[in-house]
Amino acid sequence: MVDDEAPPVRARGLVKRYKEVLAVDHVDLNVNTGDVYGFLGPNGAGKTTTLRMALGLILPTDGTIELFGRDPMREGARALDGVAGFVEAPRFYPYLSARTNLELLAALDGDGAASRIDEVLDVVELSPRAKHKVGGYSHGMRQRLGIAAALLRNPRLMILDEPATGLDPAGMRDMRTLIRRLANDGITVLLSSHQLPEVQDLCDRVAIVDRGRVVYEGALADLRRQGGAGYRLRTTDDARALEIARAQSGVEGVSATEHGVGFQADEQHVAALSLALAAAGIGILTLAPELATLEDLFFRLTDEAHGADGAAHDKGAQRLVEAT
Amino acid sequence: MSSVSATPGAVAPTAERTGRRPPTARIYGWELRKLVSQKRTYLGLGLGMLLPLIFVVSQIIRGHPPRHADSIFASEIFQSGLATPVLMLTFLAAVFLPLIAALVAGDIVANEDGNGTLKTILTRSVDRGQVFAAKTLAAITYATVAIFLSAATATAAGVAAWGFHSVRTLSDTVVSAPKALLLVFAANAVFLIPLIAVVCIGVLLSTVTRNSAASIVGTMGVTLILAIVSQIPGLEGLHPYLLTQQYFAWQGLLRTPTDWSPILHSLWVCALYTVPALIAGYLFFLRRDVAGG
Repeated sequence: MVDDEAPPVRARGLVKRYKEVLAVDHVDLNVNTGDVYGFLGPNGAGKTTTLRMALGLILPTDGTIELFGRDPMREGARALDGVAGFVEAPRFYPYLSARTNLELLAALDGDGAASRIDEVLDVVELSPRAKHKVGGYSHGMRQRLGIAAALLRNPRLMILDEPATGLDPAGMRDMRTLIRRLANDGITVLLSSHQLPEVQDLCDRVAIVDRGRVVYEGALADLRRQGGAGYRLRTTDDARALEIARAQSGVEGVSATEHGVGFQADEQHVAALSLALAAAGIGILTLAPELATLEDLFFRLTDEAHGADGAAHDKGAQRLVEAT
Repeated sequence: MSSVSATPGAVAPTAERTGRRPPTARIYGWELRKLVSQKRTYLGLGLGMLLPLIFVVSQIIRGHPPRHADSIFASEIFQSGLATPVLMLTFLAAVFLPLIAALVAGDIVANEDGNGTLKTILTRSVDRGQVFAAKTLAAITYATVAIFLSAATATAAGVAAWGFHSVRTLSDTVVSAPKALLLVFAANAVFLIPLIAVVCIGVLLSTVTRNSAASIVGTMGVTLILAIVSQIPGLEGLHPYLLTQQYFAWQGLLRTPTDWSPILHSLWVCALYTVPALIAGYLFFLRRDVAGG
């Protein structure tokens, strides 16, 4: 039985050191029930190492990570009750069929997992190939079988490490559809990825890691707002609108653009500006928010963390973490 | 997966888990099934059956037993087919049967680590200790099957070639054919005692090195080093405690009356190798990082 009160994932001061290499550097994570949580970072940032610690596959050098309040290293398989997923590519016995692989894993799960084999094979559309040996499967089919194997456990938390890696565009689209459906079904998803559009499309909360450290954790919407919530304005008289915007308190970064006026402001001041324009007899044709993309923010954060010296890295990371 | 949305709710959590762990016997059963499903498993078993056949055929062609043979059973083979399995055990005990045992024991953890399937099974509802126990038991089972298949083949071939007759023992007494048959299988059972120690050393090395070849070679290296030590003058005091010396404890069964002392000695000496290897392997397996694959 899992603890309903405890968050699906909570890491505190998580550290993993391999001799001279600090792979994970005091990582704190908070995945809440119902989150589709993106775990973002470049290759080698420490994402997979963190997930391995979450699943109890490797021992932290320091710190703790708990799943529904249970520490996998202390409580072993009990801590994985209600948890499923895979790190790196899902692996199976190539000399066994997909169905036999799932039968094996269901036997290791118990709790009626065997009765769900047909169901999960249908979900990932592998039923027609279920009797074929996994050794002959394509990468995409193995990814799908990995999802099927995870679903056997009837999870409340799915930990997926780069699930779309190596898939063709249709496979990636289908994987996103499936993840969205898992979330709709009430499964909390921790999704590690370096594919930013995938995360932007699927996730509501994210952690961005770089060189083993969390440089941002929080709501994706907050991150995008922090990245500079910009607006694009087109009016019946852009020249006068530019003057009014520049004179308006709380409106910053006002500039003439190719298609009108650009500026930054919070929602309250945007409302005030629109009233000022109306009072001046200027009609608003377009007033649209222009949020920074996750890609912009990701590179901004990681570039900042990659400052010339360690101090810059530390200060940048600290500021962003504090900002959340 | 283009139609995943066609089955809404199919994967929704439907029942709370009971938190009960599957029994270790179930994991052991699947370890055996994995072994049975791999072609290389049959390599060792096949060789264990082939060598007695080659021996019997070659002796039939030769037409007479070896003269000045070291083993009493070598001169007996033409008198009774039941001498063949005893002679084969004498030949195979030193290197071949430990090698067959090491082939699976050295591979059983390292192979899964290298292929990444160890992480697959360790993220299910089983504890690491259960997996280690199941793998060790599977490796022991394989060694047991290999020994008895080899013995059964040697017995069948020997009896087919030279008949089911009484056999002379190491004490120069004669035992009836049914009793000799019983002794053949009892001797192989006693040989299992040091072989289990070899298996446990193999599983330990497989767990620690994460490399199948290194584990198999390492296991054989340990037995070869012990065999070499037994040949070094001045180290005679160590002989009773060498694992390789226990490979022939079964010969106590082939004396009249039965000499139990080498068998009992073998039991506790082999425990000195088996228990530490098992404990070290278990503890290492519990704490090791699983990063392969």
